[in-house]
Amino acid sequence: MTATTASARLVRFRRGVTLPIVLLIAWEISSRTGLVDPRFLPSLDEVALTAKRELFDNDLIGELGYSLMRNIAGFLIGSVAGVAFATLLALSRIADRLITPTFNGLKQISLLAWIPLISVWFGFGEQAKVVFVALAAFIPIVLNTYEGMRNVPADLIEVGGALRFSWRQRILRIFLPSALPSIATGVHLGLIYSWLATVGAEYFLAVGPGVGGLIIAGRERFDMALVMLGVMILGLVGFFLNRLAYALESHLLRWRPQLG
Amino acid sequence: MGLTGALLPGALLVLWWIASDKGFLAEQILPPPAYVYETARDMIASGELFHHAGVSLRRVVVGFAFGAAAGLSLGVAMGLSRRAEDYLKPLFLAFAQIPTLGWIPLLMLLVGIDEALKFIVIAKGAFVPMVVNTFAGIRGVSPKLIEVGRALKFSDWQTLRLIVLPGAVPSIFTGIRYGLTHSWTSLVGVELLASSEGLGYLLVWGRQMFWLDMVIVAIIVIGLVGFAMDKSLDRTEVLIQRWKREELAA
Repeated sequence: MTATTASARLVRFRRGVTLPIVLLIAWEISSRTGLVDPRFLPSLDEVALTAKRELFDNDLIGELGYSLMRNIAGFLIGSVAGVAFATLLALSRIADRLITPTFNGLKQISLLAWIPLISVWFGFGEQAKVVFVALAAFIPIVLNTYEGMRNVPADLIEVGGALRFSWRQRILRIFLPSALPSIATGVHLGLIYSWLATVGAEYFLAVGPGVGGLIIAGRERFDMALVMLGVMILGLVGFFLNRLAYALESHLLRWRPQLG
Repeated sequence: MGLTGALLPGALLVLWWIASDKGFLAEQILPPPAYVYETARDMIASGELFHHAGVSLRRVVVGFAFGAAAGLSLGVAMGLSRRAEDYLKPLFLAFAQIPTLGWIPLLMLLVGIDEALKFIVIAKGAFVPMVVNTFAGIRGVSPKLIEVGRALKFSDWQTLRLIVLPGAVPSIFTGIRYGLTHSWTSLVGVELLASSEGLGYLLVWGRQMFWLDMVIVAIIVIGLVGFAMDKSLDRTEVLIQRWKREELAA
């Protein structure tokens, strides 16, 4: 049994790497033989050289650090504000009827469309970028937290009433824990959106240090290798954030019975 | 939306009006509401607004159609064949990891800044959710139903047409929904970066000229179009579900 699963896994692995390897070889051949203009498709070692140059001569790690700092700062502000805001909407009938329709209207506006207004109100600096990233995390977290708190079983709420819980206790002991799976979904989405927003903020709000700025600079200089390097870094960071979100989710929800 | 729901926007509007009337905020920071209204009226009367909205909508329709069709095909292929899944899924996942915005500068170097760029970026926005949801929908079709098909001696084509695809419809619909939303966001992104027409261009242009009234009009239209798309998909989903129920009842 174990032998068959191992060999099945090997087959899957072999099949999985086939296409990427074929593409890499095709890439290398076409840029070496001049089949494609090397300005459009730099050879693999040129990309590797650019990576080395950016890593050791320039400050690639520092740029990445700037992007991640913005991402994390914005994400934290957005998620704390989002959970608090959603708790208010879910638990106060007045706030819900007063604010939820407006929020639902505003969330229709595509995220990037806020950039011009944010740049007028907050300038082009660090502050504007963090505000934008926070907004990107805020929206999915509010939606999911609200959803989760609205679906807290009525008998749990009754138990809280019977035990004469204060509002603080109700929120901390009943609403937040039972909405946790939903909040985790929101946090996961928020993490993905905030990375997207970090890239967006670096594209559209004045060029400063950061991976997004690196890519824009590469495009302006027609340095395809630099652009490719930047795009790969975006993908890698996205991948790790996704992994982190999964790990966080299963850690937060470890008390739940495993499904499947 | 109830009367209470209208209170907050009403209050904000009054506050906005007072703030700009008393000069608390410079016109370049927040133009008075009446001014925004006039700009909207002028832009509608001159046909400018419809022109830019039309350009944006056309881009989304074309880009979305290509991206959704390609995503549907790849999702069906990976859903039906383990072999296709083994070969294509890792590459697809790596591709999907990179945010759409990341591809724009690369594509600008490769295909320039013409319509082709917009179509590709918008298509990519629709492609990824379409693949993911189609694949999940097909894999989620109950094996019992497929067993029934086998008992009825259905051909592969019949199984696909009568069992697998109808079973995957709700999930495919979710894909269409997310795909359209992502297409719309991608459109704004690509128009902000490289365009001389469209709603995103109005944002950039208005921002550069400090015509915030125009920026606000463009933002409102972007929100309204997004809202309209969402609502019409809601309606369609209800229709599909009703049709499925009637089909089952018949």
